Amino acid sequence: MRGMAEVKAPPNYEIVIEPSRGWFRLRWDELWEYRDLLVILVQRDFISRYKQTLLGPLWHVLQPVVMTIVFAIVFGRIAGIPTDGIPTPLFYLCGLLAWNYFAQNITAGGATFISNAHIFGKVYFPRLIVPLSIVAANLVAFFLQTIPFALFFIYYKVTGDHAPEVQLTWRLLLLPLPLLHIAVLSLGISLLMSASTAKYRDLVHLNQFIIQLWMFATPIIYPISKIPEHWKWLIWANPMSVPVEAFRYILLGRGSLQVSEIVISVLVAIVSLFAGIAAFQKVEKTVVDSL
Amino acid sequence: MKPVVEVENLSKLYRLGGIGASSLRESLETLLGKKKTGPAPGASDARSGSDPNSFWALKDVSFSVNPGEVVGILGRNGAGKSTLLKILSRITEPTSGRAILRGRVVSLLEVGTGFHPELTGRENIFLNGAILGMKRAEIAAKFDEIVEFSEVGKFIDTPVKRYSSGMFVRLAFAVAAHLEPEILLIDEVLAVGDAGFQKKCLGKMDEVASQHGRTVFFVSHNIAAVSALCDNVILIEGGRCVMRDVPSKVISHYFSSILPEDQASDGQIFWSGDAKAPGNAEVSLRGLKLCGSAGVPQSTFEADEPFSVEIYFEIKQRLRGARFNLSFSTLEGEIAFVATDHIYQFENLEPGEYRSVCQVPGKLLNRRKYRVGLHFGIPGDRMLIDQADYLEVTIGGVGNQATIFPDQAWPGIVCPKIEWQVERFSGAFQPSKVG
Repeated sequence: MRGMAEVKAPPNYEIVIEPSRGWFRLRWDELWEYRDLLVILVQRDFISRYKQTLLGPLWHVLQPVVMTIVFAIVFGRIAGIPTDGIPTPLFYLCGLLAWNYFAQNITAGGATFISNAHIFGKVYFPRLIVPLSIVAANLVAFFLQTIPFALFFIYYKVTGDHAPEVQLTWRLLLLPLPLLHIAVLSLGISLLMSASTAKYRDLVHLNQFIIQLWMFATPIIYPISKIPEHWKWLIWANPMSVPVEAFRYILLGRGSLQVSEIVISVLVAIVSLFAGIAAFQKVEKTVVDSL
Repeated sequence: MKPVVEVENLSKLYRLGGIGASSLRESLETLLGKKKTGPAPGASDARSGSDPNSFWALKDVSFSVNPGEVVGILGRNGAGKSTLLKILSRITEPTSGRAILRGRVVSLLEVGTGFHPELTGRENIFLNGAILGMKRAEIAAKFDEIVEFSEVGKFIDTPVKRYSSGMFVRLAFAVAAHLEPEILLIDEVLAVGDAGFQKKCLGKMDEVASQHGRTVFFVSHNIAAVSALCDNVILIEGGRCVMRDVPSKVISHYFSSILPEDQASDGQIFWSGDAKAPGNAEVSLRGLKLCGSAGVPQSTFEADEPFSVEIYFEIKQRLRGARFNLSFSTLEGEIAFVATDHIYQFENLEPGEYRSVCQVPGKLLNRRKYRVGLHFGIPGDRMLIDQADYLEVTIGGVGNQATIFPDQAWPGIVCPKIEWQVERFSGAFQPSKVG
């Protein structure tokens, strides 16, 4: 037989279909089995977003710059909110770098069931692959957004105005850690959101609203140092505060982080991931009946 | 040998009405008792569950399938075929019971699931293959075969949004046809594409089953394909598995169960009211009658005797270019012939009552049973009365060919009277000179 790519299933390969019990049943082996699909979905996303249009990649570079200009005028000039001695554009761009990755993940991931209703109704694959691929695909956008930050960084480095802050150090090697933190947290949140929006369609609008408000609750346009002491707990109650602050600490050398805050924030991210998986799995098994 | 598919008491309960409670407000109102959720209409039959808002789409279905079997699934719309296939495909969970599948499963409930218009044919082959559960290496190994089968060749690096619908379907089916799971679930996918390509697909499916020993589930309204491909057929009615047998038996049972009972007596059927009569706001079918030379309705005719099919219908709104297609088909669903009143029909049908009579010549049909069906529509515009079979007719007598085996059917869907001439021959056995 020509061209036969016989990949035989193991001899006692068995799929048992029955009503599932328990509230948490993550099948790692199955996710691993479908790893090629994950890679291909990331590629699909990349091609459809960046290959055909010029504006696609450009948007990711321009959006944070435009936001930064708006922030600089509204919050910097008019409201007079300080930036901890860091050059204003770098301060905002750094916060946005972390925030945009988070926001893009939960915006796309939170609509997993709704935007994939058609495919889910026609073919089976582990549904978790879709939000996972979104979190992975958005890394491309993240790296595109580092371009304006890098340009401003080089500018301040060359002009030499703020030498102590604009300094690349060994800390850069730590950047993957808060990035992973955001990935885990945003995956958990998007799983919770997609489970809730699949059941209650009108929550989509609420989620949009939550994302907008959440940004203002995160130290992106203001430094934590300016928060009154008795309100600080509110900032630390926000699980996005630690990674955003960690970004600033790593890239600009400014930031106030304590071990206890980091530990709590990481735990919150992990708990949200597990809660998200449980909710997602509860919904996925019969969601097709109601989509 | 262990069965490759074992299904035990598989059941699926659907909630009616507020399926999924798509609004938070509704859900809260229900919770607070402000909104009464009354029973959904028509749910009070044997399929309704204990809760009046639920019904069993599938109830206690059990069967097993051996490796290499091709199993057809027949049933009316809403009988539960698609639910069964969705559960076996793991798209949705059963409410109770279980199924064991021994081997990799691929379900084709549609061709081209997940195709992305911006991606090229090449990229979509990998995407679609991966969605259907293939590994990248498997797809790469089959790539050339897939492209060859799809006949899209030189457009393989063009985004599929520029493909014609025919090319799109061919590419999509080509991917599906080259999957090599142990169990293949197929739902109506062959209803797409042109006739030539459909034939190629059926051939490919047959090959998959017979040469590679794969197990195939096949849901289709194409009765001819079901009887040609399947080893046995499961008949589903009202969410239950009512019959499992060789195709010919199940198909004839299936047809006898869907014949309308409304005043159908031998050789005629008439509908009393608009509510029951086939049709729509523009036309309604009032009756259908088979008459021999005696002028009375009858359902048995001699093979050499002509008879007429009389169609009674009422036009409610002016129609232009509408026509009947009258079909005679075997109990297995193969069409013997289709006759249209196109060139005899009024160009413009004004509101009123009409009769269209088709003269079926004698010395044409075989000695067997036929189903008489029809549809009414304006070609290229819209269908007014969907195709359906309404009557059965038995052709008997000595037949138009042989008298020696009166109990055995003569082969062929029809059996026209053919003139022969046999004589002693005294010339030379040699080819005639041409020109």
